[in-house]
Amino acid sequence: MKTIEEIKAAIEAAVPGAGVSVVPNPGPAAQHSLLLAHDHAIAVATFLRDAPELAFDFLSNVTGVDWPDKEVSEKVKVTRPVARTVDGVEQTVEETVEETRKHVEPGHLEAVYHLYSVALRHGPLVIRMRTANRTDQVEMPSLTPVWRSAEFQEREAFDLYGIVFTGHPDLRRILMWEGFKDHPMRKDYVEPDDFEYEPTAHDEVLRRAQAHQSRDQGSNAG
Amino acid sequence: MAVDNELKIELGKQGVFVTTIEELYNWGRRSSVWPMQFGLACCAIEMIATTMARYDLARFGAEVFRPSPRQADLMIISGTVTKKMAPQVVRLYNQMAEPRYVIAMGACAISGGPFKQGYNVLKGIDRYIPVDVHIPGCPPRPEALMQAFMTLQKKIDEQSLTGADRPRHLDAEAQGEFPVPEPGEHDLEPASNPGVWPAPVVIR
Repeated sequence: MKTIEEIKAAIEAAVPGAGVSVVPNPGPAAQHSLLLAHDHAIAVATFLRDAPELAFDFLSNVTGVDWPDKEVSEKVKVTRPVARTVDGVEQTVEETVEETRKHVEPGHLEAVYHLYSVALRHGPLVIRMRTANRTDQVEMPSLTPVWRSAEFQEREAFDLYGIVFTGHPDLRRILMWEGFKDHPMRKDYVEPDDFEYEPTAHDEVLRRAQAHQSRDQGSNAG
Repeated sequence: MAVDNELKIELGKQGVFVTTIEELYNWGRRSSVWPMQFGLACCAIEMIATTMARYDLARFGAEVFRPSPRQADLMIISGTVTKKMAPQVVRLYNQMAEPRYVIAMGACAISGGPFKQGYNVLKGIDRYIPVDVHIPGCPPRPEALMQAFMTLQKKIDEQSLTGADRPRHLDAEAQGEFPVPEPGEHDLEPASNPGVWPAPVVIR
């Protein structure tokens, strides 16, 4: 198989302005992936499938990843004037202080596709797409028109992560029932409080069972 | 009126057969329990093995697996009950005619098993319907299912036809229909049937 950079170059030659970037994998697996922009995702996917030297004709896996909002703190050197008394005289002195600044990196949802070529016996090629955020702009283009096998797996990603695949022929929940409101695989999913009977609880379950018990007793008393 | 067991054996030797209606009735019921043909997960494979030639559940009078709940006496909850499936299980149980029995087979059916803390698995079917025999195991061996079946037969045998502990089908006041949980926005509603399953108190 071609290297990820060669595939990226081939895509850029075939689809002008494709907006493909490489997401490096620093681990020993070194399985780098391609991040697709929404606008040309279908064109890029069609190229990956139909180009004779790539021929990724088999989509084996679609999954979701939830990247929650992340608070990043970094240390910055700041120079600021400080009033200080030197030898009985009040002076303003410039002083350099290290300060910790915090900012929130907005999170997003991500879909990951694993492609193989049955014809040329190579793969996997990992491609990714990201949503703008994880609350109201959770759309990304569906790749079901290109690979039919994406249909059920995109429904699963929609069900469990809440990624809305535009252009999907039948986007309904697949594992949970109609009328279910949550997306259980998201990091901030709150599971229902059904810890009323935990005979062998420990650690996290014990904590939640005790919380349930104390809440129960509180409601009985009040 | 109970007949002394030794006297009964002695009379049997003389060619006189003595029994009670209760004994005869329970013998008939326990010797022909028809399970429902219904499997939920991997435990169903063990249940199928139990009915086949090697283990042969037919020896206990339970070889006829009925594909309709209307004709079945026994529901073997063989496998994981997901929250999506639970309303259907309760509905099937409601459709069975009395007398009816339930065996909860395997760790998942009795408690949720390895999936207990998951978002989509019911923590035991006994939250919605009365279970007669629980079998632990993941999955239980066919021998364990036969043991459960014999336990159920013993239980049927010991039921008296009158009195407060008479079986449900002889009690006109007994509740026959069990509320089917509704799929809600976050969980099944209600999360359990307190009439069937009052949450046991755990002493820590």
